Parts: sequence; C-alpha cells; structure tokens
Amino acid sequence: MTMPDDTIVEVRGVGKLYEGGVEALRGVTLAFPRGRLSTLLGPSGCGKTTLLKIIAGLIRPNAGEIRVNGRRVEGPGPERAFVFQDFALLPWASVLRNVAFGLELRGVPPEQRHEIARRQIAEVGLGGFESSYPNQLSGGMKQRVGLARALAVDADIILMDEPFSSVDEQTRRKFQEDLLDLLEHRRKTVIFVTHSIEEAAYLSDQIVLLSPRPGTVSRIIRPEIERGKGPDEIRRDRRYLDTVDEIWQILKQYVA
Amino acid sequence: MRRPGAAARARPEIVPVKSHHSVAGQFGWQVISFVFFFGAWELAGRWPISAAFPPFSQTLLALGEMIADGSLARAYASTLQPLVIGIALCGIAGVGFGIAMGLSRTVEWLTLPIFIILQAAPMAAIIPLITYLYGIGLTAKVLAVVFLAAPVIVMNSYKGIRNTNPSLIQMCRAFLGTRRQEVLKIILPYAAALIFTGLRLGLAMGFIGVVIAELLITPTGIGDLITYNSSVAEYPRMFATIASLVAVAALTLNGLERVERALFPPEIRGT
Ligand SMILES: Nc1ncnc2c1ncn2[C@@H]1O[C@H](COP(=O)(O)OP(=O)(O)OP(=O)(O)O)[C@@H](O)[C@H]1O
Ligand SMILES: [Mg+2]
Repeated sequence: MTMPDDTIVEVRGVGKLYEGGVEALRGVTLAFPRGRLSTLLGPSGCGKTTLLKIIAGLIRPNAGEIRVNGRRVEGPGPERAFVFQDFALLPWASVLRNVAFGLELRGVPPEQRHEIARRQIAEVGLGGFESSYPNQLSGGMKQRVGLARALAVDADIILMDEPFSSVDEQTRRKFQEDLLDLLEHRRKTVIFVTHSIEEAAYLSDQIVLLSPRPGTVSRIIRPEIERGKGPDEIRRDRRYLDTVDEIWQILKQYVA
Repeated sequence: MRRPGAAARARPEIVPVKSHHSVAGQFGWQVISFVFFFGAWELAGRWPISAAFPPFSQTLLALGEMIADGSLARAYASTLQPLVIGIALCGIAGVGFGIAMGLSRTVEWLTLPIFIILQAAPMAAIIPLITYLYGIGLTAKVLAVVFLAAPVIVMNSYKGIRNTNPSLIQMCRAFLGTRRQEVLKIILPYAAALIFTGLRLGLAMGFIGVVIAELLITPTGIGDLITYNSSVAEYPRMFATIASLVAVAALTLNGLERVERALFPPEIRGT
C-alpha cells in the first residue's frame, strides 16, 4: 500500500494487547496528512488514547509499526509533542515551570525558556497565573497549561488527547479558532482525540472513526469544509451538517 | 528543586477564617486535659497506690533538681549519641537503599522480602542478640537504633519512589527526558514527602531502640538514670526521667510533623 507524499504519520497494521488480556487495538492502518488536523473519534474505551500514545512512542504496539516522516518510531521524538488527557502537570511546580518543562528537559537556559513559556501562557489566556500552582487552577486552566507546554517545544506534530474536554464552551470555541490559526500559520500537524462530533466535524480535515474495543478503523471521513467563511457560517454549512449527521449515523450503532 | 516559599504562597485560601476559633478551643481543651491528668496523678501519688508511685509534685521537684544539677542534660547527651549516629546512618544508607529498591527491579526482587519481614518483626527482641555479637559498647547501641529505624525508613523511601504518578513519568519521556532527569526531576521530588515521613517514623523507632538498649545492654544515659534511681528507690527521680523522655519524644516528633506539613503541604504532594 503506498501513501501519498505529504503523509507525515503512518500507522501500519498496529495492534495492542495490554497485559491482562485487554485487546485495545487490532490491525489499525492509517495515514495522517502533513499540516492537517485529523481527529480520532470513537466510543469510550475503544483505544484512542492507546493509539495516540503509540504514535507518540510512549507505548509499544504488539503488532505493526508507526512511521513519522518515513522513519520507524522507536520512542518519543522532538518532532512530536503530547497533550495529556489527565494534564500530567508537576504539582510542585508553578505554571511557568510546568509550561517550560519540555524546554527545561532539553537543556534550554532559564531566561530563554521562561520567555518562550510566558508567551505561550499568554497565548492560551493564562497571563497572570505564571506563579500559580496546578492545585490552584480549574480543570480547564490545567488543560491549557498542558496545551501551552506542548506548544512551547515547537514540535511539528501535536498529539492532543481530549484537550478541550474540561473548558467551557466559549473557551472551547476560542481554542478551536486558535488551533485552526496554528495550522494555517505554523504548518503544524495535529492529531486530536475528541468525543465531540461537532468539534470533529468543525475542525478536521480528516476524521477517523474507530469501532468499539478492540479498536479498528471503521470509517475515514474527509469533510472538505471551505475554511474561508466565519465560524457561524461554517456551522450552518451543508457539508458541515452532513458530516455531523454521517458521523452520528455510525456512532449511534455503538451506543446499544 | 522545590522551594518551601512556594508552598507557603500556595496555601492562604485553604485555611478558613473560622479555624482560629477552633484552634483556640482546642488549646483550651488541651489545657483542661493536662490539668485533669496531672491532678489525677497527684491524687494517686498521695493516696498512695504504691510506695513506688510518687505524686506529680514530687516528680516535678525531682525533675527540677536533675535539670539543676546537670545530670539530666548529661544523660540526654550520652543517649543522643548512638541515636544521632544511627539515624544519620539510616538517613543516608537506608534512604539510598529504599530509593535503589524503588528504581531497580533487581534490587527490589532481592531485598523487598527481607524488609517486609523486618518491618513486621518485633525488632526489640533482637537487641539481646546484638549484645551477644557486638558487646556492650557504642556499636551495639547504634545497631539497636539502626535495626529499629531502618525498616520503616527503607520501606517509606521505596514506596515513595514506587508510587510516583506514572502519568508524570510518561510526560517526562514524551518531552524527551532522560532516565536521569526522570529520577531527579519527577521521581525524587514526588517521593520526598514520603521519605521525610519515613525519617520521622524512623526517629521514633530509633528512640525506642536506644532506650531499650540502655536498659538492656549497658546502663548509660537515660537508661542508666531510670535503672539507677529505681535501684536506690529514688522513685520521684525515676518517674521524672521517664516523664521527660515521653515529653521529649512527643515534642520532637510533633515538631517534625509540623515541619513536614510546612515543607510538603497536601496540595503540592501530588495525589
Ligand atoms: N495500561 C493499561 N493496562 C491495561 N489495560 C489498559 C491500559 N490502558 C488502557 N487499557 C484498556 O484499553 C482500552 C482502551 O483504552 P484507551 O485509554 O486507549 O481508551 P480511550 O478510547 O482513550 O477511552 P476514553 O475515550 O474513555 O478516553 C480500555 O478498555 C482500557 O481499559
Ligand atoms: Mg482516552
């Protein structure tokens, strides 16, 4: 099977069997286009986080392989950054240090990494909270810290595990626009796990629908929504509405 | 690695205003309970329950004498020596060992069973054996402290390392942290609070160890004061010594617990 040239991440026949016998993924083969946003959508427990962590190099698959820019993935790499579903913030470190942590691990000197971190903190709307600690933040704010940390390392590929799940609707929509901006201006590739059909339809260039456990690819949808229009217009767009409906028709079979 | 100042800043809104009242109330109750306790002691001593049981006032007087003539201070100085050496040894070797157990599967596999048994065993029973092997000098007393304190220090360090939130370790790896950075920046800060708790509990155990050693091995320090005064029927002095021991242990451990809460307030401890 040949992939188009602008594929940045390839998933080839990936299967994952956890110790204890849970088969999370089976025979997943996928291609993620460069500079695009792809979403992974599927019922809870179908292996979305597992797949994302395999792409990140954090979990080893039992079968198959991942290729990033054509090279086989053996572990995490500088071209990939991860936003964790459970935030994974250091409880004893300030927001500033948490956001700069990826750079700290890479040995970037303090002034430099703090400057970058401050900029990212402002960008996710947390200006003024630099010296707060994670326990003083709401779930949505913690999520933004995790997001800022991933953006701070300036990776080409950003892997996001339900990054907007605990922010309010206004913030969620603001982040969605920011994400689209990021894609347009910084040529990032985003692989994004979400539970929201609307979010997937609104943001994605490619939507990967996974079946219930063991997760397999059940459908790939490319909405091809025209981006020129404003957010509200897009949400009234025929294509957008059709995409939402198409996804729902598939997912509702799994609800039973 | 982490700054205590940060902890202090992290806390203000956690303490509700109302707690001032309850703290004052608590203090009042503590005073009442002390008055009641010492009053009952005084009455029981005067009744008397036994010739060997002096009333509180005489005990207090004897305590004053012993403080004044310096015998109490001398006794504590000599008792503290093996305690300090023993705890220092455990603090370095025991913590190091616990950390190694937490970090290396091999070390864990080899030694965990030993420490689980040691922690459950009544270690005080081993002290006569120590005397048999190492005589009655300082070494034997230091060993008594080490044997009692080490298991809890090692086990706490081990558990602290092992309980590190796996998601933080994964985060560290995702951002290209090396194993060294993982240990220094994630695992050790995470375990620090439990390691400190281990040292505090170890000190409590070591205290018991050194007193038992002084009572069983060679009468020196506090142990000597107790045995000697009991043998010459100076019961007020014997009781004063015992009471001072209880007070010193309680105050030290309470103080350490406060230090621990200040250094590692629950909200920055992770889970
Ligand atoms: N470390 C693990 N050990 C054993 N089983 C695991 C482990 N992690 C996940 N699983 C199991 O694998 C399956 C897939 O988990 P995963 O977290 O990838 O699902 P998910 O699609 O991200 O779910 P959600 O939408 O709820 O986040 C689940 O059944 C889960 O119980
Ligand atoms: Mg998940």
